[in-house]
Amino acid sequence: MRYVDEFRDRAAAAGLLQQIGRVDLREPVTFMEVCGSHTMAISRFGIRSLLPETVRLVSGPGCPVCVTPISNIDHAIALAGLPHVILATFGDLIRVPGSASSLERERAAGADVRVVYSTLDALALARRDADRQVVFLGVGFETTAPTVAAALLEADATGLTNFSVLSDHKVMPPPMRALMEAPEVDVRGFLCPGHVSAIIGADAYRFLADEYGASCVVAGFEPLDILHAILLLMEQAAHGTAEVENAYGRAVTAEGNVAAQAILARAFTPVDAEWRGFGMIPASGLRIRSEFEHLDAARRFDVLIPEGRDHPACRCPDVLRGVVTPPECPLFARACTPADPVGACMVSTEGTCAAYYRYERRGHERGDAQEVE
Amino acid sequence: MKPLDRILLAHGGGGTLSGALIRELFLPAFDNPTLATLSDAAVFSLPPGRMAFTTDSYVVTPRFFPGGDIGTLAVAGTVNDLAVSGAVPRFLSCAFILEEGLPLDDLRRVVGSMARTAAQADVQLVTGDTKVVERGGADGIFITTAGVGELRTLPEGWGTPLPGDRVLINGPVGDHGFAVLAAREGLVFDTPLLSDCAPLNGLIDTLFDAGVQVRFLRDATRGGLAAVLNEMAAGHDWGVALQAGAIPISPAARSLGEILGIDPLFVANEGKVVAVIAAADAADALASMRSHPLGRGAAIIGIIEPGLHGLVTLDTDVGGRRILDMPLGEQLPRIC
Repeated sequence: MRYVDEFRDRAAAAGLLQQIGRVDLREPVTFMEVCGSHTMAISRFGIRSLLPETVRLVSGPGCPVCVTPISNIDHAIALAGLPHVILATFGDLIRVPGSASSLERERAAGADVRVVYSTLDALALARRDADRQVVFLGVGFETTAPTVAAALLEADATGLTNFSVLSDHKVMPPPMRALMEAPEVDVRGFLCPGHVSAIIGADAYRFLADEYGASCVVAGFEPLDILHAILLLMEQAAHGTAEVENAYGRAVTAEGNVAAQAILARAFTPVDAEWRGFGMIPASGLRIRSEFEHLDAARRFDVLIPEGRDHPACRCPDVLRGVVTPPECPLFARACTPADPVGACMVSTEGTCAAYYRYERRGHERGDAQEVE
Repeated sequence: MKPLDRILLAHGGGGTLSGALIRELFLPAFDNPTLATLSDAAVFSLPPGRMAFTTDSYVVTPRFFPGGDIGTLAVAGTVNDLAVSGAVPRFLSCAFILEEGLPLDDLRRVVGSMARTAAQADVQLVTGDTKVVERGGADGIFITTAGVGELRTLPEGWGTPLPGDRVLINGPVGDHGFAVLAAREGLVFDTPLLSDCAPLNGLIDTLFDAGVQVRFLRDATRGGLAAVLNEMAAGHDWGVALQAGAIPISPAARSLGEILGIDPLFVANEGKVVAVIAAADAADALASMRSHPLGRGAAIIGIIEPGLHGLVTLDTDVGGRRILDMPLGEQLPRIC
């Protein structure tokens, strides 16, 4: 497979690992990856098992499904319960537990919930079925949000009256700032998200280096990309510097995708948003602009949303801030497994708990459905 | 009136049309004296000894896909279940559930595939049944087959893999599931992706004839290689350590897997057998597999390792080690 095999080459990996082994870190350092796809790739290629003990990798709030607060899931479930509504969303979201149910269970009970691969599929659904209201539950970061923005603009331009979006889109830099401000979080540098960076540009992380002394390296998703980025982060730590470096030059520029940024700005405006694990973070969400409020499902439909409640023992909030790793949660691989998840981090294929469960579980952590109260 | 070209409800009614379907389609295709008696039950003799008996239903959509169809599958699948149990497949039954309006040409094509696959596997289709349900009551054609086979004399140690044993597979994994998916979604590629659907009893005969210590056989169907190995290892002190680089995967399946975010190791096969062989015999087993047309791409992909407590691990291309877990039902698309 061209352009993939090159980045999984064993000899090149061995070379990078040798360089990694030669970096003289005086004390252990923690780096955080803030992208679910990085979490997955690190687990899938067994990268943690290759690193020296002085390097600790923790996962951040980079899985959009995982940071979605339970109230937003409950909101979507309430909308799916309206008789004339088709609720369309991405596959990962339908299994996320709300307070009392999930979209998957509502679908089994008769709600019209459809899994789509893109927002455009949801637009097509609306065009095909003019008598029904199609609500798209949009969750995601700067990577997916432009496609939703494009759908909003198209629905507006074509006068589509039976399409709307429940937007829970979020942007990445504000929670990274929140992490740096949090006293319990000890992160020396970030493995910056490759796809988000393709949109917002590597320069977007400058404040982390300048204001907080955090190293930032933008990384791709193949094993060599990740090893290379870790090497750069380690070298910065060894030299006591904090820079923004771009190790994913084949996809990311300093200024990012200006056209995508423009379309985002046309459709959305920044808003304070709730993140699971963090609470409210200023200007971290994307609200549909008021000129498109007819396409905003939150404003268009009046539904009663039950007050959300997470499982009291679930440590997703701490996992999402890199304060604990999944095996430190009392529910992990016992009451909480991918087949029967308690927290969102176990549901999404990009969730940190799911990655640890799937790829890095030990033999006795078998998910034997033992209850933990 | 122009000639009848679709299945009518009357084809399942036991009357004239049912009789015509049997005489003109099934009998000539499955041609054998046991079936030809058209009695209520097939009557045959088997040598004394232990038997294996299995059944499976086939509902694949689309019913025709590159490399096979629901008919090939219905015979090969049941033959393979017998063969991996250590039996020599002999007789099959088949029951059709047809949807009113099914093109007769489709049925002819499927029956033709069943006959060819049965000949290839050297088994006879000796009894059967046909029901027709009203339009919408089924999706075109569903087939249930059952099969009987004679259990061979099995080598000592059969059924119990031991630490140190080697794990073999007879060729690239994932092609069947991806071929069906590609056909369903209308995906077109430069390199054609063909289902591996085939009866494996010939290949398995070759393996037993080589006199190697076969400890375990299983066809890697639903859930793919990952599911078979996880089921095998569950509850044991040992586990399976696989080498990612040793597992054969066709370039087309690898590419499609990357694009869709679906691991080929989780994707269904219909012509792949996982064999666990005593370490000393592994090279001979590999050579005997490769001597058979369905084993040309065979490889030793891993080892039974002590201390893994039922886990399947994968040593990755870059040298790391991770778990290869049981697939989780439905494969969900990625969202970012």
